[in-house]
Amino acid sequence: MNEFDQMYREVILDHYKNPHGHGVLDPADAHADGQNPLCGDEVSIYVAFGEDGETIDEVKFSGRGCAISQAATSMLMDMVTGKTATEVAVLDKQELLDEIAIPLTPVRLKCALLGLTTLKVALHKAKGTPLPDGLAGFDELELT
Amino acid sequence: MAVTAGTKKLDARALRADFPIFEQDIHGKPLAYLDSANSSQKPRQVIDAMSTFYETSYANVHRAVHLLGERATAGLEGAREKVRALLNAPDVREIIFVRNATEALNLVAYSWAGNNLGPGDAVVVTELEHHSNFVPWQYIAKRQGAEFKMLPLDENGDVDLSGLDAIARECNVKVVATNLVSNSLGTINDISPLVRFARAQGAIFVCDAAQAAPHMRVDVQALDCDFLALSGHKMCGPSGIGVLWGRGELLQAMEPFLLGGHMIKSVREDRTTWGDLPHKFEAGTSPIVEAVGLGAAIDYLEAAGLDAIEAHEHELVAYALERMSEIEGITLYGPPAERRAGVVSFNLEGIHPHDVAQILDASGVAIRAGHHCCQPLMHKLGVPATNRASFYLYTVQEEIDQLVDGLATVQKVFA
Repeated sequence: MNEFDQMYREVILDHYKNPHGHGVLDPADAHADGQNPLCGDEVSIYVAFGEDGETIDEVKFSGRGCAISQAATSMLMDMVTGKTATEVAVLDKQELLDEIAIPLTPVRLKCALLGLTTLKVALHKAKGTPLPDGLAGFDELELT
Repeated sequence: MAVTAGTKKLDARALRADFPIFEQDIHGKPLAYLDSANSSQKPRQVIDAMSTFYETSYANVHRAVHLLGERATAGLEGAREKVRALLNAPDVREIIFVRNATEALNLVAYSWAGNNLGPGDAVVVTELEHHSNFVPWQYIAKRQGAEFKMLPLDENGDVDLSGLDAIARECNVKVVATNLVSNSLGTINDISPLVRFARAQGAIFVCDAAQAAPHMRVDVQALDCDFLALSGHKMCGPSGIGVLWGRGELLQAMEPFLLGGHMIKSVREDRTTWGDLPHKFEAGTSPIVEAVGLGAAIDYLEAAGLDAIEAHEHELVAYALERMSEIEGITLYGPPAERRAGVVSFNLEGIHPHDVAQILDASGVAIRAGHHCCQPLMHKLGVPATNRASFYLYTVQEEIDQLVDGLATVQKVFA
């Protein structure tokens, strides 16, 4: 299997074509927009907490961009549903990268992590906690 | 487009053998390098000229009394004369070595516009500019309290000049800045109406030739511009060197841009006087070996023939547009082949340019995917990014075939 087959393996393309949790929550308990101006990838994340105000009851995303950014965010939706905000805030990016399980060049790593970074920003905003230094790890990302 | 009578036909296959980069495979495939508008590859002649210079002639320039210093100075100044001849500039002292076209344009923005613009004045650019000929003007106009006016593109992708009269009524136009060839669409712009407009307004005309100089003959006197910028790395030269040409009388009257060593005549505690041209604008140690490399690149381009290079690119673009227009779901941007340099920007329906470029890379095809430092244009086209294949004197038809085959693979993956 060559490098390109690995990068665009079937599961990535499936998530890209039929993304999980695609949509908008309005109102949302937590929300943030992320973009990578270098390539124009855009992701918006919406979270609804359960009755405890802590557990992620429902999470959705909208946006447009390359297959890697959109598929990775789709996988993230599956990963974090049912987790608490605190758990997600400390979620190691490696967990998502293990799930994606494709070799990523430095440029594409930014695409793959756009969704996770945006989700963390949404949770920190909702909880009023300060964003940890180097959250994105990439200065280029615009997060609001 | 037919090669006009008398123009020497370019033998791209023979020239290609001068470029060591093509001696390797990429992911086990022959390299189709279709990213020359981003940066060109370098021929052995340029690489060797620089290595030989380092091995036999290197020292700092202008100051040294010793033999190596003399050789190095002769190398730098010889390159300056080659640039003068290439651009048909009246005087070699008008050739300023800088890092790249971006620095050249910043030099004019800061040193000329930063001292001549004020409230009520305006800088005029077009929607087709590279950020390097957009952001410095936008910034300096704002800083000086002047207006920044962008001429939009019409539905054909040409610069819409209909707003010029209104701008002239509203403001005192001091600067008109535009490119000769668009880096993102490849459009060869007819700049003469804008030059006439600048003349009528008493404005300076600044020409960004970064994308033109590699591909066609650029004559500063025929263009009748006041400043012209180019980058060495796009024209077979090394990175780290570019050129600003400016009219002598304007350069004479301007304040320096960077200050420090070499650009002075005398330094006292209470005042410093500036050196003569071109030294006033060349503070610090020059890109000496890079200049020698640029000189070798100019020799190389002249030997191939700039007219022949232009004709070769027209042929390639015509072929590429013909083959690519047969692809289902493709959108091709830009003017017809006869009005563009070797650039084809496109999108495949439903597939992000990053994914296109990534899969092409696995097929040995290198293209650019992104906004090409032209976000205002991308906004106009209504896309976040495009794919861009670009050609040069070493590009052969097989590379375009490899691209077309690669695009079929991309569509199969995303089907």
